[in-house]
Amino acid sequence: MSTPAREALDRHATPWLFATALATTAPHFIHQPPWLSVLTGAMLLWAVWLWWKDRRLPGRWILIPLVGAGSAGILLEFHTLFGRDAGVAMLVMFMTMKLLELKSRRDAMVIVTLGYFLLLTHYLYSQSIPTGIWLLAAMWLVTATLIRLHGGPTSQPRDFLRYAGVLCLQAIPFMLVLYLLFPRISGPLWGLPSDAYAGKTGLSDTMTPGSIAQLVQNADIAFRVRFDGPLPPKQKLYWRGPVMEQFDGTTWQPYKGRHPAPQLDSMSPPIAYETTLEAHNQRWLLALDAPGNLPAETSLSGTLTVNTANAINERQRFRLSASLDYRFNASEDPLVLRRNLVLPANSNPQTRALAAQWRVGNTPEGVISKALGLFAADFTYTLYPPLLGRHSVDDFLFRSKRGFCEHYAAAFVTLMRAADIPARVVGGYQGGEFNPLDQYLVVRQSDAHAWAEVWLDGKGWVRVDPTAAVSPDRIETGIANALAFGEPLPMLIQIRADWIRTLRYRWEAINNAWNQNILGYDPQRQRELLARLGLADTDWRSLVIALGGTCGLLVAGLMAWTLYKRPERDPVVRLWHKALRQLARRKVDCAPWETPLDLARRVREQRPELAEPFQRVVDAYLVARYGNTDEHLKTLRDAVAQLR
Amino acid sequence: MGIVATLQQKLFRWQSDGTAPLRLGQRRVFIIPSRGGLLYALALIVMLIGAINYNLALGHALVFLLAGLGLVGMIHTFRNLHGLIITPGRSGPVFAGETAHFQITLDNDRTTPRLGLELEAESGHPVFATVNRKKSTKLNIPVSAKKRGWLTLPRVRLSTRYPLGLFTAWAYLQPAMRCLVYPQPIGAPLPPASPTPVGGERSGDGGQEDFAGFRERQPADSPRHVAWKASARNANGPLLIKQFAGGAQVELRLDWQLTDAGLADETRLGILTGWVLAADAADAHYGLRLPGVDIPIGSGERHRQLCLEALALYQP
Repeated sequence: MSTPAREALDRHATPWLFATALATTAPHFIHQPPWLSVLTGAMLLWAVWLWWKDRRLPGRWILIPLVGAGSAGILLEFHTLFGRDAGVAMLVMFMTMKLLELKSRRDAMVIVTLGYFLLLTHYLYSQSIPTGIWLLAAMWLVTATLIRLHGGPTSQPRDFLRYAGVLCLQAIPFMLVLYLLFPRISGPLWGLPSDAYAGKTGLSDTMTPGSIAQLVQNADIAFRVRFDGPLPPKQKLYWRGPVMEQFDGTTWQPYKGRHPAPQLDSMSPPIAYETTLEAHNQRWLLALDAPGNLPAETSLSGTLTVNTANAINERQRFRLSASLDYRFNASEDPLVLRRNLVLPANSNPQTRALAAQWRVGNTPEGVISKALGLFAADFTYTLYPPLLGRHSVDDFLFRSKRGFCEHYAAAFVTLMRAADIPARVVGGYQGGEFNPLDQYLVVRQSDAHAWAEVWLDGKGWVRVDPTAAVSPDRIETGIANALAFGEPLPMLIQIRADWIRTLRYRWEAINNAWNQNILGYDPQRQRELLARLGLADTDWRSLVIALGGTCGLLVAGLMAWTLYKRPERDPVVRLWHKALRQLARRKVDCAPWETPLDLARRVREQRPELAEPFQRVVDAYLVARYGNTDEHLKTLRDAVAQLR
Repeated sequence: MGIVATLQQKLFRWQSDGTAPLRLGQRRVFIIPSRGGLLYALALIVMLIGAINYNLALGHALVFLLAGLGLVGMIHTFRNLHGLIITPGRSGPVFAGETAHFQITLDNDRTTPRLGLELEAESGHPVFATVNRKKSTKLNIPVSAKKRGWLTLPRVRLSTRYPLGLFTAWAYLQPAMRCLVYPQPIGAPLPPASPTPVGGERSGDGGQEDFAGFRERQPADSPRHVAWKASARNANGPLLIKQFAGGAQVELRLDWQLTDAGLADETRLGILTGWVLAADAADAHYGLRLPGVDIPIGSGERHRQLCLEALALYQP
């Protein structure tokens, strides 16, 4: 099949396409299966080698089996050809395969369009600022490739890159208008493939020894909070997640059945705040104890956890309030109390014996303070607890005496239940880090925590945090101060140098602004913005009209600007007029009919001191203007400068 | 057909109004999305659906940026033609069956180059051109000359897809240009030379026999007569021509009547054309006689052109 001349692809356009393919597929190498990276990398190298040696491209009888093998590999790896990961893998494979089939400009157009498409797929994995910058650069390169394809080999790569930059910059106003005014629809339009939200970390709804300790080693942000008023004291910042009532000897988990509605008496004024939750794929919010003023789409469970109708699988904002002092279920359903006294049979005999001993002659408050006193005496707070045996609480209390918050919470609740005091484990986050730059409190996965709640007659459910007894620093300043040096905490949290912390605050404030204002621009924000612009209650039709009108104005403005720019004046003439102005200042005016040489002669008579420099100007002007070269501009410029 | 032609004329204004040079204005340039542009638009729609479905804020931004890029590309494609100055040039005569070349000059008074221009008078024979910043480019548009006589330049489609290839902008040009097409020469033995010997009255006037000295070259002189060695001796001086004196001269009368009357008119013209060329190649003196046309004996480039012109424009 021969290619018509106008579709022919010149040889030096091909490296641009290699660059396009590399720039748009390379970031996927991070998360796609290694064999696919090797395959696509090898095909890219093969295509480059064939081009370098000017060899013929492989025929269909090689390409078709290759595509088949690649697709089969993807099918084996992901068990599907569609969905997020498999779809991206297919696109990456097609991109490199197409390089081996690059014959005409039409093929090149397919590669470029595929390149633009691949840019989008990166946002499925990350929408951070660095990704945005990288993709902007990649888009610039792809656009330059497109210009190179149609501009032919006559210009320099630099010119194409510059032109592409100009085009991309001119496209930005359109992007801003579309971004703000294009009618936003809340996705998804249809059911997403199951892997759409893979890999989101966060608190799980069960607790086993070590589960939180593992989470704490992750510095990712769990949520950000902005209080309307001042920041409450740090030891009051308990962000409630799942409440776990059932214990099978190793795992704590929530009771799946129904709870009666909670009775909550606030004893302090509510504190309003806005929380921006990162996706964690669970159906609960992390609300400050005790939550009030719930948003419409949420509900309060019987254990004071705020639940949403759907799992939170993308960053979401909620407005809530909290009462820091509260009374919760002063009269509790006996069924619930009974459930919170259950311990697995024949487990932890030593703990039970200790609790039975404490119960004699002590009020529940007395038992609690005895337990906390035990922890405070000689227990160590560490991320490296030794392995525990079958009677895990016995092992922990009487032998290892080293543990993390989940060990303390679990041991405490076991002790309480053995002492006939209803108790349960609460998972969530504690504390957070206040960023003074943007006034947000940042709560990370490393702030994950577990504490206990006991039911006392007349007081209802009361929070008891045994970790506070072991390591008061954990609650008052944060985990970095609570752990001994050398614990495997993320570097981000461990480094306490001031300038690094300031840098980090700045970076996180920028990220937060990015998340709040750019990524968080949703139908809700769009409505707010339009209302502020005086377009309240807009339907999509007037939005489309506003959009079309603005884009039309932009096109007209850009056309006027690019098409009817004033022609640039000849620099030689401009310099000559500058010289004439200099003469006029010295009372020598050039008559309209006077030639430069006549003028020079007159200058020699009237102002002999100017004769020589002006003669130089005239000579340079005549050569630059009428000579057949472009190089005398500098001579003229120097001569005019010396006239001064 | 008449209506269609009028409509096209009204709509596309391809007929130049005769005032050359022509500057492409806004109303002469048309633009539609190209096939690549449609592919791009389709990709953008799919990307937008993807961005909505996965709720990708940056995906929205990317799609909108690319949509803006498409619009900007449209303006720049339009701009690549807008304001281009087209000046018709010369077109040398050709023989029927050859390809005529119409010279056109494209001027760019912008400070940015105009690349990827394509001119096409006959489909399938495009000419590609680029005009650098503040420069001009001369190019020849090929048109196959099928018939003798005047060949007017057909409508020329000037199109471009530069810079992004997402849109095709085009303009129709029809500068009033024509090219003379000589009849296709048919090789045939020359007719016998006329019996009239050359008398003394023609001596000293461009004869071919005896070397008589040098003279300065005039523009009408054939390059074949330049005395290169003699000219080279005096490198800065004018080119010199060898002059010959006297001698007998072959004289030919190329007459319509000498061709076979049974042949078609065009064939007879072809034979005469072949004779003119052969006679000229032999440096003979010859005259041409057609019904109603009589060109006296002569020689040289100008004479040859006169004869061929008469043959090209002969109306039987």
